[in-house]
Amino acid sequence: METLGHLAHGFSVAFTPVNLLWCLLGTTLGTAIGVLPGLGPALTIALLLPITYQVAPEASFILFAGIYYGAMYGGSTTSILLNTPGESATIVTALEGNKMARSGRGGAALATSAIGSFVAGTIGTMGVAFLAPVVVKFALAFGPAEYFSLMVLAFITVSAVLGSSSVRGLTSLFAGFVIGMIGVDLQTGQPRFTFGMTELLDGVDVIIAAVGLFAVGETLYMASRRYAGKDEIVPLRGSLYMTSAEWGRSWKPWLRGAAIGFPIGAMPAGGAEIPTFLSYAIEKKLSKHKEEFGTVGAIEGVAGPEAANNASAAGVLVPMLTLGLPTSATAAIMLSAFQSYGINPGPLLLTTQGDLVWGLIASLFIANVILVILNLPLIGLWVRLLKIPAPQLYAGILVFATVGTYGISQSPVDLVILYLLGAAGFLMRRFDFPTAPVIIGMILGPLAETQFRRAMTISNGDWSVFYKHPLSLTLLTLAFIGLVGPHIWAYVEHRRRRGPEHVPGDA
Amino acid sequence: MSSSDQQAAPSRLAVPELLIGVGLLACAGAVAWQTLAIPVSPLYSKVGPTVFPYLTMVGLVVLSLLLILAALRGGWQPEEERETPTDWKAMGFVVIGLLANLLLIQPLGFTAASVIMFVLVCYGFGSKRTLRDVGLGLILALAAYFGFARALGVNIGAGFIENQLNTVIDQIIGTFGA
Repeated sequence: METLGHLAHGFSVAFTPVNLLWCLLGTTLGTAIGVLPGLGPALTIALLLPITYQVAPEASFILFAGIYYGAMYGGSTTSILLNTPGESATIVTALEGNKMARSGRGGAALATSAIGSFVAGTIGTMGVAFLAPVVVKFALAFGPAEYFSLMVLAFITVSAVLGSSSVRGLTSLFAGFVIGMIGVDLQTGQPRFTFGMTELLDGVDVIIAAVGLFAVGETLYMASRRYAGKDEIVPLRGSLYMTSAEWGRSWKPWLRGAAIGFPIGAMPAGGAEIPTFLSYAIEKKLSKHKEEFGTVGAIEGVAGPEAANNASAAGVLVPMLTLGLPTSATAAIMLSAFQSYGINPGPLLLTTQGDLVWGLIASLFIANVILVILNLPLIGLWVRLLKIPAPQLYAGILVFATVGTYGISQSPVDLVILYLLGAAGFLMRRFDFPTAPVIIGMILGPLAETQFRRAMTISNGDWSVFYKHPLSLTLLTLAFIGLVGPHIWAYVEHRRRRGPEHVPGDA
Repeated sequence: MSSSDQQAAPSRLAVPELLIGVGLLACAGAVAWQTLAIPVSPLYSKVGPTVFPYLTMVGLVVLSLLLILAALRGGWQPEEERETPTDWKAMGFVVIGLLANLLLIQPLGFTAASVIMFVLVCYGFGSKRTLRDVGLGLILALAAYFGFARALGVNIGAGFIENQLNTVIDQIIGTFGA
């Protein structure tokens, strides 16, 4: 198997002492920010982007990947003990995990989620290693028109299909497009959307956008909601080890979760929400202990969704590495790290940057091993992090937000943009707009524009390229179905349930 | 959202949501204005730098009209958010802290501005031990300055605190060097 040879080479890259240290640093930092409410992998990787000017690409991607995986492990700890899901992907873990913690089985919940994350993460990483070369073979046939259509499909799925409202998701995405277009147009050299300000010629840095939306916006949101009441930390009681009955109830959900999570993550749709909810529903249906769901907490309801979450996080790396297509905010920021090295992720990445890609994949296996050790025996350490009081935590987040932003060019204008985006992020949280599509639109929008213009230049300005190529037409049709399908479905359901006489337009 | 679900309680106009929709429409207007300002060379007239901005503008107009329509039908803000009263005082202190940071970072330098922001934000979030927050803020800001910014090679501009410390460090290095 060719892949195994590549993997062996990857391990030789990842097993150097320096890269092992980066991996350890990334996983530790990732777990910490995953545990801390208010901090996430997208924000952390954005703040650390300047490191790409200092170290080799292998080192920074091993660090970023460690943070990415670590945040998944840490996030489940917070969900289980605090019932405050740090990320949308861990909402489901909180459902049963927190109930288990309250009934004195927090240790088992933490254990099944950590070991399940390890199992699913390892399966998912294996999936990346074996699926990526296959996707590459397929992607080499893509022309600019196909790429553009694929990006349209990804835009629709990340903003309109996932989430609670397609209108609000698309609004976030289009806001991201506008932010992404600010600055000099790379093909013609014309400044766009700069309002005559020289500070905007370089565009809005992704660091500012991520920090504004995720750090400043989140801090304002938490400050505004001090009346909402706080969740209490459930003290960790009982042994961290699972009984043989609990092992017996866990291993099948782990495997099922991985089987659900990886394919959905690897599709150019991404998102960990759908696989986690799907896994939860399946485990609830299959469980022999249905009475525990929603009452004392069922271990299957933690094991399955946690595994699905980690497997889909691994899956997201497939379109990112092979097509340059990020489907989550974190992946979008990792893509901008590639750009900062002058590397364009795409089908050629695996051959031109073999060391980097296979080293990265190998380091993910190592990260999983480190993480299961960090998160089981050392769990007490992370629980202590949860006790950092909110005032100092959020004030500290703002100090680091300032470092990340002001450090770019020592310009107060950057801080003004940061605060404006923070205000926007606050409103988006209050009014239920998703924030990830902003980052994805901002990074992927300009790439889509490039492919669009390339396709139009090749076809001499003929729009039909997008629907005359069968593959491109298929992708656009899928995007259209994704956009319109759920509405038609809801309309049909509505009609069916209420009878045909009760259908005033409810678009 | 739906007017058919509650026939008894007719949906009312939701003002905050309406403002968001109108604000977005204004943004679309700004996009249109800025797009018209992009000079297009005839060489690129077919797929020039304005095609995507126009597409984005059309998208924003459609979306903002849909949002305004939803606002007229009663809005979309989640029940839980609507019912939680906003803590304006806490938010106010966070905003004052951010503005203080913006205004002071150039004259006073990063560390001093950060400490002031840190204390104001902590106070806003309900911390009553201001003196301790000053100390914590100072430690954190210096850690951020020397650890984070220096390690990443980020230049965040020195003020009097950093300059004093840099001089001290240089002196120590100088003495040991000699």
